[in-house]
Amino acid sequence: MSLLKITNLVQRFGGLTAVSGYQADIKEGSLNGLIGPNGAGKTTIFNLISGFYVPTEGTIEFDGTLINGKKPHEVTALGIGRTFQNIRLWHDMTVLDNIRLSQHYHLQYSLAGALFRSKQYYKREREIKEEALKLLDIFGLKKEADEFPKNLPYGVQRRVEIARALSVQPKLLLLDEPAAGLSSADVKELIDHIKWIHKNFDITILMIEHQMQVIMNLCEDIKVLDFGKTIAEGSPEEIQKNPQVIKAYLGDEGDIYA
Amino acid sequence: MFTSFFQNIINALQWGSFYSMIALGYCLVYGVLRLINFAHGDIFMVAAYLGFIFITFLFKYIFVGGGVSGWLILAITLPVVMFFTSVLGVFIERVAYRPLREKGAHRLYVVITALMVGLILENGNLALFGASSRKFPAIIHRSVISFSGVHITNLKVLVIIAAFVTFAFLQAIVNKTKIGMAMRAISYDKFAIPLMGIPVNKVIVFTFILGSSLAAVAGVLFGMSYPVLNPYMGMIIGWKAFIAAVVGGIGDIKGAFLGGFLLGFIEILIVSFFSSNLKDLISFLILLIILVIKPTGFYGVAKSTKI
Amino acid sequence: MDKIRQNLFIYSVGVLFIIILVLAAAGVIDLYIQTVIMFIGVNIIFASSLSIVNGYMGEFSCGHAGFMAVGAYVSSVLSVTLFTANKLTGAPLLPPSLSVVLFPVVILIGGIVAAIAGLLVAVPSFKTRDDYLAIITIAVNFIIVTLINNMAVVGGSRGFMGMKKVLYAMKDVVPFPYILFWVMTFAILTVFIIRRFVSSVYGKGIIAIKQDEVAAEIMSINTNRMKLVAFMFSSGLAGISGGLFAHVIGYVNPGSFSILKSTEALVMVYMAGMGSLGGSVISAILFTILLELLRPFQILKWVIIPLLLILLMQFRPEGLMGDKELPDFFPKLKKYYKFK
Repeated sequence: MSLLKITNLVQRFGGLTAVSGYQADIKEGSLNGLIGPNGAGKTTIFNLISGFYVPTEGTIEFDGTLINGKKPHEVTALGIGRTFQNIRLWHDMTVLDNIRLSQHYHLQYSLAGALFRSKQYYKREREIKEEALKLLDIFGLKKEADEFPKNLPYGVQRRVEIARALSVQPKLLLLDEPAAGLSSADVKELIDHIKWIHKNFDITILMIEHQMQVIMNLCEDIKVLDFGKTIAEGSPEEIQKNPQVIKAYLGDEGDIYA
Repeated sequence: MFTSFFQNIINALQWGSFYSMIALGYCLVYGVLRLINFAHGDIFMVAAYLGFIFITFLFKYIFVGGGVSGWLILAITLPVVMFFTSVLGVFIERVAYRPLREKGAHRLYVVITALMVGLILENGNLALFGASSRKFPAIIHRSVISFSGVHITNLKVLVIIAAFVTFAFLQAIVNKTKIGMAMRAISYDKFAIPLMGIPVNKVIVFTFILGSSLAAVAGVLFGMSYPVLNPYMGMIIGWKAFIAAVVGGIGDIKGAFLGGFLLGFIEILIVSFFSSNLKDLISFLILLIILVIKPTGFYGVAKSTKI
Repeated sequence: MDKIRQNLFIYSVGVLFIIILVLAAAGVIDLYIQTVIMFIGVNIIFASSLSIVNGYMGEFSCGHAGFMAVGAYVSSVLSVTLFTANKLTGAPLLPPSLSVVLFPVVILIGGIVAAIAGLLVAVPSFKTRDDYLAIITIAVNFIIVTLINNMAVVGGSRGFMGMKKVLYAMKDVVPFPYILFWVMTFAILTVFIIRRFVSSVYGKGIIAIKQDEVAAEIMSINTNRMKLVAFMFSSGLAGISGGLFAHVIGYVNPGSFSILKSTEALVMVYMAGMGSLGGSVISAILFTILLELLRPFQILKWVIIPLLLILLMQFRPEGLMGDKELPDFFPKLKKYYKFK
């Protein structure tokens, strides 16, 4: 069954066409990759899906609802979690708060409830905290719960950000270059980690990544973007052999694992 | 109808000139430091008082007999006032703003400090000179040129010319000279610039000298045009000029200049068509609406948040 | 026993509250001291309400006095026309003795109208941030003040008075320091409620906006709604402080809500440190007392205070308390203080 269906997506910024005619049909439970040289329009596609831009043309359908034109928080509430290329945690708030705040979409108590401390307020705050701690425990971050993200090592920050994206209980997880800035040992760990998330959280993943090792190890289906256009798609093996991809990505000669 | 229309345009040009000159000072400092220098309006006020003091001094001790050309007095007064105002501006920067910058204080704390400096200037002045208004000595004999009912005084022409000259001068400095390039560079990237060997603090001091000198010119001319001085005159004009600068697009000299004139025109038109009581209300409403529709002003560039 | 210790802080606030009231009712503390205490209360509400927007949400609102003016005028006009003989309606619209019950309601209505006026800033804040929003707040302050200046019905620039008569009407029923009681009650409630707001997951949304608005939006926080809530909450509380201020003084004029008043609020919030509620309270107390102590210096007071502040910032560029609360400095205090 298709979870995310994008037809003929076009995004123009003034004279620049960042994305032209992007199509996607992402099956539930699949693990998809989006690759391409810098400036190919990958992050723009993420921003379109998560609602930061309103597409110039085309439709984005998620889980049977049309989501283009919706605000980011509405899109998130529908079940799309996301991480960023540069880690965007709330750095002056504890890790626990980072996870807890992502429950804003289903707080189930009102402003008055918060000010006058209704019964529902106590119940929900307790539940939210328990859920958050449980999630942190699963991610092995329980002892970092009261730390500020800015004081944590980079790799741990990445893990917190992924945990935060998962805390909105998404059906679709968008990972924007999760391996950027990680050491090769961390990258190996990340690959296992994403595999594990994919299996345990029963989730669909769409990721942008520059490191071929990650993409080729994880993704079942890969799309290659260049100058906003999709130039190839298929399984890792097909992509590796595709001469157009090699040309766009690496110039005329070269090994894709370089 | 026709004559009153032209009369209004002349008046608006003169009134707008003051706003523009002050707005330019705000704009310079903001452009380089991203600091709303709330003390700038009060520096303008101090300049007017300095002009008043110096001219009174001249009349009392130097040109006792009188009979000296008013233009000569102005020619002596302006540089002296510009010098002392610049000293004040640089002093404030050295004593109040720079230490905070170097300690890495939050940007807003510097803004609050600027507010406090403004308060000190206003109330210090009030304590020194008392609450009664001072009369700026008339140095230039007012001559009126009138044709078909429109009156243009030589002072009005002088003010308008001064505004345009200072604007052209600033444009040239910022766009054509090396130090102007350094100023623009600092506004782009505060952290990389010292690495390029640009003496940041020197450039900032230069910016304050420029801004204060501008305030000095505006202050003396204002004193000559509207000879009643009081310690709070700078505050209201200053805040208004700053809003005008933002409407023009702060950080851009052209924008601040146009914004000042825009506010001048709006105010004069409101006064001539409605009543002077409604001047502030309507002009601020118009500025507010402009800002809501175009938040970065006419020439300002939206700083897009990168996602 | 444990329970008593944990609530010791709240109990001591309550005891202090009662002691002040009893002493005032018995006439032990004179009217001047009472007025100072009331100014402290008003300033606590004024400063801590600004700290919602400037401290926790990280915007730079510098026109807070405008909302104070709205609250002051609305509640003053209401209370004067409702409970006293006046120029606008002649005889009081309600029996003056009702003022005892309805006084807080009148103050609250002032707050609600001020909260609605807060929309003037809240709506632009959806699109604008930082200095541009700061300018909008300044413009709004000017607009509100000049609007009142042009409203002959409420006295224009001459001001509006008659609020003392409302206090007398209340005292005619049962003699009691009502206004002192209400100022202290509203001040305590304000701090209490703001504390609850920013410690709930809901309210922490505004802290998330301060730290990273894009991340807040993507993590399902409706940033526009949170901004609306924060601005309206903040200006509503400012309106309440204005209503109380007007009744303490007994006279309001547009000049008392100029940018200078907004500056006072800024001074209190930034002297405290951004994002410290306890700091706002402490600096509101210190600031009011300082103002009173320096009264003999007359106008020089407004040279000395800014000088002190500039000095303070040279030594503590993050304000008195930064973004910390009292128990962060004295961990022992936590024993006496349990927050639900």
